[in-house]
Amino acid sequence: MTLTIQFSDITKWIHETLNASMSPGWALFSEFVLAGVAMILLVVVLAVLFVYMERKVAGFMQLRLGPHRVGPWGTMQVFADVFKLLLKESFAPFTVDKFLFNFAPILVLAVAFMAMAPISFAPGLQLWDMNIGILYVTAVSSIGVIGILMAGWSSNNKYSLLGAMRSGAQIVSYELSAGLSLVAVIAMCGSLSISDIIASQADGWWIFKGHLPIMFAFVVYVIAGTAETNRAPFDLAEAESELTAGYHTEFSGMQFGMFYLTEYINMAVISMVATTVFLGGWLPFHIYGFDAFNNVMNFIPSWIWFFGKTFFIIFLMMWFRWTFPRLRIDQLLKLEWKYLLPLSIINVVIVAFLVVMGWHF
Amino acid sequence: MRALIQYIKDVAQGFYSLSQGLLLTLKYFVRPWKHIVEQYPENRTTTIYIPEKFAGEVVLPHDENNRHKCTACTLCEMACPNGTIKIISATIEGEDGKKKKVLDKWVYNLGMCTMCGQCVDACPQDAITMKNSFELSVYNRNDLIKVLNKPGSKLKEKES
Repeated sequence: MTLTIQFSDITKWIHETLNASMSPGWALFSEFVLAGVAMILLVVVLAVLFVYMERKVAGFMQLRLGPHRVGPWGTMQVFADVFKLLLKESFAPFTVDKFLFNFAPILVLAVAFMAMAPISFAPGLQLWDMNIGILYVTAVSSIGVIGILMAGWSSNNKYSLLGAMRSGAQIVSYELSAGLSLVAVIAMCGSLSISDIIASQADGWWIFKGHLPIMFAFVVYVIAGTAETNRAPFDLAEAESELTAGYHTEFSGMQFGMFYLTEYINMAVISMVATTVFLGGWLPFHIYGFDAFNNVMNFIPSWIWFFGKTFFIIFLMMWFRWTFPRLRIDQLLKLEWKYLLPLSIINVVIVAFLVVMGWHF
Repeated sequence: MRALIQYIKDVAQGFYSLSQGLLLTLKYFVRPWKHIVEQYPENRTTTIYIPEKFAGEVVLPHDENNRHKCTACTLCEMACPNGTIKIISATIEGEDGKKKKVLDKWVYNLGMCTMCGQCVDACPQDAITMKNSFELSVYNRNDLIKVLNKPGSKLKEKES
């Protein structure tokens, strides 16, 4: 490797420096604080990039230019929007359930942050390398629907409640096929730990060496992931033309901003999981036999690989959003229960058969 | 069996039609220089393109000798659904001693005009047309009431 300083060296250095200067308890505490701050910074930077990218992609796909007035090429537009939201009053209507109303955006945001914990961004750059990483992400990200239901219920508003109910139905059903498509890879890899899954892809990403079933699982995962983040064409929970803004109709100011931020963090989580499971995480792209090409690929730092793949999947989701019309609620449930779920069950059976017969790499 | 084939056919067809849409938006995405949006305030004197057909306001064209084609027949005034047009005619005595009705003022209230173009259709002389100008806002509402015929303009006689 040409990169001599690994991220694990940096974390080890921080750990040793802190332990040398204070007691182990305080050292652990300050490490937690540092990790939390680092995660918040990463998420904020990613969200800013995603919002800017979303608006530019949306503009370009609709023959427009996107934001281009504030700052060079409109790069300051996102900051202008965020400051506008920060300066606005977080107004709560008189008849809302005050506690749930104020708690819902915090819960949604906290859950979205929690799902980022086991993700491995680069070798050694991982908050929590637990043995059930993928299970943890899928389990935690489904708590978010409680926050959405909470927001919809506490708003005391028919539109909000309808949006929240739709969101609940949608997330509960699409989690099945998302989970089953992850199961396909987990069955082949034999581990739920994220670092193990990445390590198992050193000789080829699962999407390439997993044959057709994994490619199918990838497609299903991207569809189900788009649905889980409540994004168009599955944005029934918000459905501007039908429900004003769905479950966050009554929210304003930074409380609305939290829901907005959560959407992008969820997108990031979904695409990071897809990257980790199907596209080899931070591993570079290798073609077996082309050593010169492989060496050039090795030269690119691993975090660039990881975020490049993440942004690719984010782009896919934006591409869907600005191309497809919204599904009706019956079409949405039909797509899941009559098409995606049966097909992914068959897919899991095929994968299980392949694994039992040992016909995979 | 037939149901199964139909099911698979539906799925394949669905993916095909979705890919058509995706390809179209990708084509737009990768060719930003072909976008149709005008950079309006910057290009208002340079590259802006307003189609000829765009109906911005009603004009009464005059030729180089300051002559228009309006005979003050008031058909446009009657055709206008909004009462935008007011034709004020005057009676003058011609060279042969006949009394003749000529146009005195062609009053056009731009603030009430919906650019429907019925006056242009109604005009038997083709005296008025729609112009594609669009920067028409003014600070005073009274400035919107315009007199279209220029001072001293005369009727352009038909060469029979």
